[in-house]
Amino acid sequence: MSTASLVVTTNSEAETVRLATRLAEVLRDGDTVGLQGDLGVGKTVLAKALAARLGVEEPVTSPTFGLVMEYRRSEHSRLCHLDMYRLENAEQALAFGVEECLFAPDAITLVEWPERIEPLLQPALRKGDEKLLYIIMEHGGGDRRRIVLPEHWAKRFAEFACINQTGIY
Amino acid sequence: MLILGIESSCDETAAAVVRDGSEVLSNVVSSQIALHADYGGVVPELAAREHSRNVGPVVERALRQSGTAAGDLDAVAVTSRPGLIPCLLVGLNYGKGMALAGGLPLLAVNHFTAHVYSCLLEHPDVLRQSENFPLLALVVSGGHTSLLLVEADGRAEVVGRTIDDAAGEAFDKGAKILGLGYPGGPLIERAAAGGDGEKFRFPRGLTGGGGKPVRPEDRFNFSFSGVKTALLYRVRELAEPPTGEQLSDLAASYQEAIVEVLARKTLAAAQKYRVPTVLVSGGVACNRALRERLQASVEAPDRRLLLASPTYCTDNAAMVAGIAFHDLRHGLLAGLATDAAARLETRLKPVSFAPHFRGNRAPVGAPPYLLPLPAG
Repeated sequence: MSTASLVVTTNSEAETVRLATRLAEVLRDGDTVGLQGDLGVGKTVLAKALAARLGVEEPVTSPTFGLVMEYRRSEHSRLCHLDMYRLENAEQALAFGVEECLFAPDAITLVEWPERIEPLLQPALRKGDEKLLYIIMEHGGGDRRRIVLPEHWAKRFAEFACINQTGIY
Repeated sequence: MLILGIESSCDETAAAVVRDGSEVLSNVVSSQIALHADYGGVVPELAAREHSRNVGPVVERALRQSGTAAGDLDAVAVTSRPGLIPCLLVGLNYGKGMALAGGLPLLAVNHFTAHVYSCLLEHPDVLRQSENFPLLALVVSGGHTSLLLVEADGRAEVVGRTIDDAAGEAFDKGAKILGLGYPGGPLIERAAAGGDGEKFRFPRGLTGGGGKPVRPEDRFNFSFSGVKTALLYRVRELAEPPTGEQLSDLAASYQEAIVEVLARKTLAAAQKYRVPTVLVSGGVACNRALRERLQASVEAPDRRLLLASPTYCTDNAAMVAGIAFHDLRHGLLAGLATDAAARLETRLKPVSFAPHFRGNRAPVGAPPYLLPLPAG
């Protein structure tokens, strides 16, 4: 992880969805979003909300079984929804063609369980690559969630004046 | 007509020889559960490698057990979608090779509609009378939880589906939370035996429970991510991992929440669409609690319930060879350029096993198949 982080607390699923709609505004083709967090923390909730906001019209369901779900979000852009839960290591993901999604110029890619393929994301993480939005979600008791966003995205968030230390606007 | 079916969409390599759409002469499944148990699920590249190793011997055994020589076959049918691409390709390419070598027609099968057909393998009589239609099919497995409505002319529409996790996935993840291992369905069922299903009240997604109103479009949709999270919280509250009676009660209550929603929504859809026949298939349809609940609630004097036998609930190739017979008799052949696809198409093509199916259009240069259904 990069040095500093922005922490946003959401108190309900609805608030997490609201955060997603804000995040969607700053995402562009070529970006990869990592969604790290335990079972049941709401990764798929966030992913679904992001997808809906990014122009995907079909229902977005859990990609755990299919590993990679691809959706059209416009004529020239895809949304790739990956779930690495069942994988053991990055080699297995490569054997499956994961590089066709990660940082692909014609796609926004959401990766659940990104820690399973950490070696593939490590270079981008280390240099604070602006194309990688690595989000950590934590249970905060009840419906509360602690959502950690990388500090180096502050500039993008600031462009839209929508997210800062104290929350989402 | 003798058809060889090949299936490799997920973790089973399977082959079967079926005559005329319902007479199963052989049904061979090479289970890979032991291999994947270490990983808590199917790992596609690993699975593809296993399929490559298995497909030849499995096909050979299916031919031998059926007393059929490759030269006696009338067609080769292969699952081409949906599934894990590297896995699908193994079966698809093997099937293409056999079709090419034997000069046989190739039939590309949709795994999802094949699951629907698995109920009809043992009840082909349903297909002879249009009064049995429309059919409502619940397909419930690790990858699917859907309600499909099939009209007598073959039009097929998904009227309900999961909006997040499939029921089989909920069983797998629930088993992981309870520390039971993989595959989750049978392990939760075993742990639930003797447990109190009313002990813990887990949420029933999209049923209006918990004060959340159900939107009209979600009336027949499913959601199983909430029940999984609720189980996680319940287990986290415990001082130590559940064992004994507590584990049984948790497993039974979790299973009850899933079973109740599946049965309730299936009944509601059957009533709404006034279907005379309900089919249930897919791996989760092996679950005894679900089978009993469906028999108690969905079966009625004017409504027949057909549960696929456990052999045909889980992935198999008999359903593939069976459904393909109807494509063959309508001349709906696949070319050697047929590709594998990961996802189910949004709009399903009409299914050729329906009694009033008239085909999309006659394929150019296709032989004049259009065979009648076998008498019986």
